Amino acid sequence: MSVIDWVDERLDLTEVRQFVAEKGVPVHAQKIWYYLGGMTLFLFSVQLFTGILLLLYYRPSAAEAYESVQFVVTQVKFGWLIRNVHSWSANLLIALAFAHFFSVFFLKSYRKPRELTWVSGMLLLFLMLGFGFSGYLLPWNELSFFATKVGTGIAGAVPVIGRFSLRLLRGGDDVTGATLSRFYGLHVAVLPALATALVGVHLLLVQRQGMSVPIDVEKKLKPGERLRQMPFFPNYILRDVLAWYLVIAVLAALAAFYPWELGTKADPFAVVPPGIRPEWYFLAMFHTLKLVPSHVLGIEGERLGVIAFGIAALFLVLVPFLDRRASRGERSPLFTVLAALGLVYLISFTIIGRYAK
Amino acid sequence: MITIGDLPPRDGVGRSEFDRRHFLDALLIVGFTSTAAAIAYPVGRYLVPPESGEPATASVVAGRAGALRANSAAIFKFGSKPGIVVRTAEGELRAFSAVCSHLDCTVQFKSDTSQLWCACHNGTYDLAGNVVSGPPPRGLETFRVNLRGEGDDAEIVVSRT
Repeated sequence: MSVIDWVDERLDLTEVRQFVAEKGVPVHAQKIWYYLGGMTLFLFSVQLFTGILLLLYYRPSAAEAYESVQFVVTQVKFGWLIRNVHSWSANLLIALAFAHFFSVFFLKSYRKPRELTWVSGMLLLFLMLGFGFSGYLLPWNELSFFATKVGTGIAGAVPVIGRFSLRLLRGGDDVTGATLSRFYGLHVAVLPALATALVGVHLLLVQRQGMSVPIDVEKKLKPGERLRQMPFFPNYILRDVLAWYLVIAVLAALAAFYPWELGTKADPFAVVPPGIRPEWYFLAMFHTLKLVPSHVLGIEGERLGVIAFGIAALFLVLVPFLDRRASRGERSPLFTVLAALGLVYLISFTIIGRYAK
Repeated sequence: MITIGDLPPRDGVGRSEFDRRHFLDALLIVGFTSTAAAIAYPVGRYLVPPESGEPATASVVAGRAGALRANSAAIFKFGSKPGIVVRTAEGELRAFSAVCSHLDCTVQFKSDTSQLWCACHNGTYDLAGNVVSGPPPRGLETFRVNLRGEGDDAEIVVSRT
């Protein structure tokens, strides 16, 4: 008797078997975008796995954090590989999450009945940025130390709760070992717990509702006609695995040939070195805040910028509820234009932010 | 696991199709297995902590001769492990590793019986380091004791024999 039979006899796998047999993926010209979510998910699991491995040697204190990372990359066998993969995978994950976000935005896959999938996805994107922000500080090097000072300083510009949230993030008035402890707790416990739960919800919704078909493709169908479906097992999952192999190849090449710098140990009393920049995915935001004048209509510029980003984030979460045309299954060019503008803004400001003095 | 190869050949498809599936299955299995191995090997090596860079300690100063009265003992640091130096009732100095040979607890000196005693599982050793009673499988490692200097100020130098 096979293992599956043994389990089946006890748990009755009829439903699972039915699900596996029936699950299909619609076949059409834009189905290439379906792979991005799976690739992001794959990188999320890489992060969990390598993150747990790094925990074996990492020490979260201002006195030891830098040295412990140094120990991992210089003394521990393959420690350099694990750390490089973790750092590169984090960046690829955010890049792919953004690509996934924009593909869903352009294809209007968020429209009824998938509003909640979009909301959970947006929250996941924010969580990933939180992962990036908190993880950046953990090696306790000069760059990350000052970038965290600036980043948490921005939180201080939030109206009303600014000072409160700044102190909450930093664990005091300044970025110190207390900040490191907090970011560590966030990075290895709070965020993973939230993200894992949200990923579960996100996937459950995707499974329950199946893949969304773009409006244009839907419109071309004759009444009563159904799109051709590809079986998920094994046809589609094997293609997914192929995409994951592509990710592994890129990741391995980056980790092997472009080691992630550790830099010099953070010194709170050192002069800020020139060229302090956040990670690339915060550059657009960072550069925008630099451009806002110090006072606009009597409001502090920084504060205005933070309010604007808050409104933009809220808008993004609410897109499926605001795009009424897409909900009715009609073409919705306004939101296509908005997505395009957002994409152009992000790309151009990231590049300008990278090279601006 | 994908078991395409287990499926019976479709109608009108002959033996060659069946073999092709077996071949592709084998290819997949080889691919997945090599991937798993390529991940498992570095991870396995990573899990084993590197040898500590600390060289094996040969000799340390355990204290001043005058500070240790007869029939008493003191714990000292011998490298990264504890050692114990004992002054017997007769005034002789002896030093041992304080790591119990049973389960690595740190032994202590019992002045009433003049024995070394491990509180974890009630093992006792005599002042030659030999097991007297209890679960320890071996005696304690004994160290050589030398005095450097004169009188009470002399340093107790403990070295590995």
